[in-house]
Amino acid sequence: MQPESGRGDRLRGCRRQAGFRRAALALTIALAPAASGLAPAASGLAADHQSLSIGISQFPSSLNPNVESMAAKSYVLGLAMRPFTVYDADWRLVCLLCTTLPSFENGLAVPVDLPDGRRGVDLTYSIRPEARWGDGAPVTTDDVRFTYEVGRHPESAVGNGELYRRIAGITVKDDKTFTLHVDRLTFDYAAINDFVLLPEHLERAAFADPAQYRVQTRYATDATNPGLYNGPYRISEISAGSYVLLEPNPHWSGPSPAFQRIAVRAIENTAALEANLLSGTIDMVAGELGFPLDEALAFEKRHAGGYDFLYKPGLAYEHVDANLDNPILADRRVRQALLLGLDREAISRQLFGGREPVADGFMSALDPGYSPDVPHYNYDPKGAAALLEEAGWSRQTSGPRRNAAGQSLSLELMTTAGNRSRELIEQVLQSQWRELGVEIRIKNEPARVMFGQSLPHRRFDLAMYAWISSPENVPRSILHSGEIPSEGNGYSGENVSGWRSPEMDRLIDALEIELDRDKRRELWAAADRLYAAELPSLPLYFRSDAFILPKWLSGLRPTGNQYPTTLWVTDWRAEP
Amino acid sequence: MIRFAAIRLVEIAAMLVLMSFVIYALIGLMPGDPIDLMLSSDPRMTAADAARLKAVYGLDRPLLDRYLAWAGAALSGDLGYSRLFAAPVAAALPPRLGNSLLLMGSSFALAFAAALALGTAAARRPNSRLDRAVNLVCFAGVSVPTFWLALILILVFAAGLGWLPASGVAAAGGGGLGDRLRHLVLPVATLAAASVGGYTRYVRAAMREALAQDHIRTARAKGAGELRVVLHHALRSALIPIVTILALSFGGLVSGALVTETMFAYPGMGKLVFDAVMGNDYNLALAALLLATAVTMTANLMADLAYAWLDPRVSYR
Repeated sequence: MQPESGRGDRLRGCRRQAGFRRAALALTIALAPAASGLAPAASGLAADHQSLSIGISQFPSSLNPNVESMAAKSYVLGLAMRPFTVYDADWRLVCLLCTTLPSFENGLAVPVDLPDGRRGVDLTYSIRPEARWGDGAPVTTDDVRFTYEVGRHPESAVGNGELYRRIAGITVKDDKTFTLHVDRLTFDYAAINDFVLLPEHLERAAFADPAQYRVQTRYATDATNPGLYNGPYRISEISAGSYVLLEPNPHWSGPSPAFQRIAVRAIENTAALEANLLSGTIDMVAGELGFPLDEALAFEKRHAGGYDFLYKPGLAYEHVDANLDNPILADRRVRQALLLGLDREAISRQLFGGREPVADGFMSALDPGYSPDVPHYNYDPKGAAALLEEAGWSRQTSGPRRNAAGQSLSLELMTTAGNRSRELIEQVLQSQWRELGVEIRIKNEPARVMFGQSLPHRRFDLAMYAWISSPENVPRSILHSGEIPSEGNGYSGENVSGWRSPEMDRLIDALEIELDRDKRRELWAAADRLYAAELPSLPLYFRSDAFILPKWLSGLRPTGNQYPTTLWVTDWRAEP
Repeated sequence: MIRFAAIRLVEIAAMLVLMSFVIYALIGLMPGDPIDLMLSSDPRMTAADAARLKAVYGLDRPLLDRYLAWAGAALSGDLGYSRLFAAPVAAALPPRLGNSLLLMGSSFALAFAAALALGTAAARRPNSRLDRAVNLVCFAGVSVPTFWLALILILVFAAGLGWLPASGVAAAGGGGLGDRLRHLVLPVATLAAASVGGYTRYVRAAMREALAQDHIRTARAKGAGELRVVLHHALRSALIPIVTILALSFGGLVSGALVTETMFAYPGMGKLVFDAVMGNDYNLALAALLLATAVTMTANLMADLAYAWLDPRVSYR
């Protein structure tokens, strides 16, 4: 049966048009909400510089300042909490919550001889009289005692327990003044940087069962409670995994912060972080948790005029650990040759725009204990070759060098898989060492495998990673011979090279208790010289943090240490 | 059919138990621990602190002991505590699940609707220009990497034109329903574009086969309009393989999309599962993965039951 022509065609045409109209209407309805909101994308915050949106690459897990430790948490809490003491951008120890740093000169630090023959110290601090929690409750010694109680408890999941273990007791003088009785006198006696107070009037109930404290803490169950914060800002909103919103703390008595709102947004992928910066969703990228340096430099090349760029070398010491149990690497001449065979200046220039200073030892030039009087290993491939020959490794017509026994000079180099900067450096190292006649096989591992197993179990030849330290941080765990991980000590300790140096052990022991700054500087210089001479690891660079800031933001000063710039947010200003 | 469904439900329960053990064991066998990572990144932490934290979280106990303790608690409704979120799993999971249901549900609905339309149109005109154009779209959708498409969309619509937000679920400080929908546009578009190609191919193949059946010719001969022929007669026949594909896709509603969520900083289940596994957050990883397993298996059961309704020739004894 054939359809009726003419009328049938018109009917089908009408139906088709009606169908299209219905489809168009449906599409319009579906897109209307989006279309109505079409406007230059913004962070959701005002574009009049009353607000600031910061991009970081991690979202903080627990906001409790003492439970576990995490860089993203420190960054966010830097806006909302005040520790007693910190190292500032000049790497000086300063009081934030206290009024005066205790010292022997001002009488607030008193050395004590302990019954076991050791020397301890009594330290007296006063809380700033005007310090208040965000709900108006004053910060008092009740909070000090409570924080100490939490910190000492073995089940409270506090990250840095060492600080609390060293404090044998607390004597309270009044609401604002207390004395810590510390069981060991070290040169940094006045630094109680991790003693971050908890509000007793809010957290006491959560600590009723210490084993459940990490679950019951209000920082987890009621994180927007203003009474949890004593800094210039308080947390007003959290979107888990996405952002933290902060507003000024009405009970803050310090310098007024410039911004009515600060949003800290977590964007893990750096390409997405860059896109968010370009779109205006975020105003700045934090150097502490932002772009790797090479990506920041590439971004600067493309967008130099649109942003301000600050680069600050810090205390992340990139190096290559040598496993000294490996017979090849046990020979110091081989280690020295490897270092001489690296053109680190050129690598820094080519890959990092010269922004990552070459390291000669484990001490940063910004560190108060630094001395320039350490061996320098300038690029000297001829000198490197001579050392290898002297060590018995002869050049072959092809392939790696060999020794008299026929063994080839072949080593494995490991770093954290997925870290683009390190993988780039690795390839350069492999190439430069190949020219020396050293065969390098690259074997990268995920960070959790490398730090969880390969390093503690010392299953590596050469391992490239970073030591994170603090100003004048005594390298006991990484260089003392008592800290070599082994089956006997449950693989604890971080001296994964396995370096045994009685002289370094002596210097470390002496450093910790040397109170005289000048003598201490000599000890530091001696330790750094010894390290640079013996080369248990090959120094590479001190990693730089890259801060990408809007042109209208001023006052931000990168610290270069592990105390974030947010601790000085009251210095930040929006220029009109 | 009831007996069939009951047997399948028992099989699902048994599979979930087996999966819980396998997942727990696999996570436990992964070398390293986030507490070790914490130690390497914080100069103030000591090995004693790491050991203490492992004891606090029970990570120093034998794997089997930990699994049995978890299983016992889970059976009584306690899913445990998420170290990653510093919250009970029962509190940490629902917001992410809601985000994923919204994202995956929207993209799934959009992709499937587009696939139905495109696949049917292509099946009606095989080897035509339309068919070839649809094939091209399908191959493009399947071939284009999701992360690349996400980045292009962000660069064009967020950074370039400034029409849409580049990331997140909502503007900081909240912005209402319209704002949430705006934040969904780019991730939904990314996911829908990635999946529409595959779905379209299935629909096209199923519809082509259905349209070639004798009963379709009969329906046309009886004067049925083309729309009725396609929707009422052909689609019903084509639905069986399509329902199979739908059922397999249901698990994705709750398992999320890791790459898209990472690119758009969208806090969904994909990122949650990844972070939980990498962070040795056993409780959270188990809850999320078992949920996805249960949903997938239940969806398959529903698909099997739907066959009987779609095709009267199918019966279950």
